[in-house]
Amino acid sequence: MTASDVKIQVDKVYKIFGNRADDAMAALQAGAAKAEVLHKTGCIVGLKRIDFSIRRGETFVIMGLSGSGKSTLIRHFNRLIEPTSGRILVDGCNIMDMNAKELLAFRRTGISMVFQRFGLLPHQTVLENTICGPILQGVDQREARARGMEQLELVGLKGFENRFPRQLSGGMQQRVGLARALTTQADVLLMDEAFSALDPLIKSDMQEQLKDIQARLKKTIIFITHDLDEALHLGDRIAILKDGELRQVGTGEEILFRPADDYVERFVRKVDLSRALYTHDAFAKVPVLTQAQATGDRTTALLRQHPAVIVVHGAKLRVLTSAEPDRANCAASIDATATLGQSFPLLADQEAIVVMDSGAPVGILTREMAFKALSRSHGAANKLSPASLLPSPVA
Amino acid sequence: MADNFPELFDTRGLRFAIDDGFSWVVTNYGDTLERMLGPLLKLLGAMEAFLQWLPWYVTIAGVALLTYSASRNLRMTCSAVIMLFFIGAVGLWNDAMATVALMLAATAVAVVLGIPLGIVMARSDWLRSVALPLLNIMQTLPIFVYLIPFVMLFGPGKIPAILATVFFAIPPVIRLTDLGIRQVDGEVVEAIVAFGATPGQKLMKVQIPLALPTIMAGINQTTMMALSMVVIASMIGAGGLGYQVLQGIQRLEVSRGLVAGIAIVFLAVIFDRIAQSYGRRAQKHLDNGE
Ligand SMILES: Nc1ncnc2c1ncn2[C@@H]1O[C@H](COP(=O)(O)OP(=O)(O)OP(=O)(O)O)[C@@H](O)[C@H]1O
Ligand SMILES: [Mg+2]
Repeated sequence: MTASDVKIQVDKVYKIFGNRADDAMAALQAGAAKAEVLHKTGCIVGLKRIDFSIRRGETFVIMGLSGSGKSTLIRHFNRLIEPTSGRILVDGCNIMDMNAKELLAFRRTGISMVFQRFGLLPHQTVLENTICGPILQGVDQREARARGMEQLELVGLKGFENRFPRQLSGGMQQRVGLARALTTQADVLLMDEAFSALDPLIKSDMQEQLKDIQARLKKTIIFITHDLDEALHLGDRIAILKDGELRQVGTGEEILFRPADDYVERFVRKVDLSRALYTHDAFAKVPVLTQAQATGDRTTALLRQHPAVIVVHGAKLRVLTSAEPDRANCAASIDATATLGQSFPLLADQEAIVVMDSGAPVGILTREMAFKALSRSHGAANKLSPASLLPSPVA
Repeated sequence: MADNFPELFDTRGLRFAIDDGFSWVVTNYGDTLERMLGPLLKLLGAMEAFLQWLPWYVTIAGVALLTYSASRNLRMTCSAVIMLFFIGAVGLWNDAMATVALMLAATAVAVVLGIPLGIVMARSDWLRSVALPLLNIMQTLPIFVYLIPFVMLFGPGKIPAILATVFFAIPPVIRLTDLGIRQVDGEVVEAIVAFGATPGQKLMKVQIPLALPTIMAGINQTTMMALSMVVIASMIGAGGLGYQVLQGIQRLEVSRGLVAGIAIVFLAVIFDRIAQSYGRRAQKHLDNGE
């Protein structure tokens, strides 16, 4: 990762809640645990030596149990909470060095946030809430309203702009929060359990919308969630926090199949693998022939070395397998970036489907391959050590 | 008769020192203070003159309108009108207006000073821990204690009356402003800060509007306390309804004291209802965003 790829760098950040932060820091440096520090100094360790970077344009997910310090960490990025020690660099500039004016400008235009419990102003309408950012930026009312309406429409709340937050359901309020965050056009978006209050349908809708926004606007998104499936679906990389300590940072695959320790392993055990694995993890590359190339001799020869051959016939794709070399079955196709779960309905109808990479056929996925990928991963994610079977000690 | 408890300290020295210090302030700064408070006296005089000049039916109509706009309750409005009518009918109109003027002036001063003090207090836990016991003491001290130093400073009259009233009535508005601001949902405040609000914008756009129902409750209590203090303050020359009660006691005219007492109660009821209705409306506005 080169320096210009890094959007946010968190450099040895500690956060201590309480009056005796110095004593607590000294105790921590001396190797004391969270409970010990609390007992000795009465201070709560919010974050302990957090060190990682977030790339420009990536969706970075923070996970951890309740009280692990996720909200505390995300609030450091816009200085709602200030670290006890350490630096937070955004675009290479330490936000702790900003004066009041620079900080205001940074919060107005550089970073925006969606809150866990919405944080909407109850005495303002949905539209007024949505345009709070532009108004603080000094954009004029008309322009701000136009921008606000655009975002409200995007999150499906057109027609509710003159209601008050209390008159909306939790999920709708959360979408107002999202619209409000998007209206500022900041390129960093902090989302503290933004989708937790949504029902499953709207949730997956919003997830798709977020991916879409991400693809179009290339924002840097920091996303907190309790839902591992959501983390795997949205996150380019995932960080796992426990008791204010970073346990692992990595891609979904790394977290799932190469957990750094027992804790992470237990954390990911219940994951729905069909959503965590992608078609490209399971398929097999096979030769692709045009109709003209697909002579009997040639296909027979190829089928000796490959499980199947794909024959392109105009828009139609046929699959010749070694089991049935004479019958060319018309096959459905799926993109290599689709989750394995998305191939199940297709595989239910036919033995093999064609896998496409940027529009061109590259290989096939059979039922057997899908099952093998799932069980292989399942074994990896569930390689239980006796210690990890015990209930986790209460911290 | 000798005291039961042995005198361990000689408090005379201390007492003399306090008394002397106070006299020193009075002789050296009494005039300056009085001059500084001149505008207050003028305000009070103007208010009293205005209320007494205003034809009674206009005043009653005004109060009726105020009550109705706050409560949207016809019965409440009617009873306010009847009560005011009673006060006028028994010949206490001018006294009542004098009392109302003093009370309004004192409440206004208490609110103007108390809300900023409450805001400052909400910002600092340390300040709160110092101020709360002080406010508790202010509220529990006997009413008369407030009169003494002010009378010494200014002599009997309206200025000490209004100042004593302000001091006595200010604690609720400070306390409840502090409480109201502290009760505002932390995430709402965080949200507006995260979008780049200055401390001033945070205060005016979020904290004050959301704390308003609680602040209104404080203003209500302050009004009531001001009214009760104004009655006592008539002893030091504030005039008004309290003076009628005092005369009733002095001359052993039970009827005079009783009628003036009833008038005071009526005023209290009217103001309480208006203030409460406004508080409720503020709350409702927040709840349903109407
Ligand atoms: N202002 C504060 N004063 C003292 N302790 C705090 C404060 N804020 C957070 N903490 C402590 O820091 C720890 C982490 O809290 P945080 O809110 O970050 O958890 P979280 O991971 O967001 O949990 P959840 O999933 O429930 O939202 C907790 O132990 C909490 O008690
Ligand atoms: Mg949280």
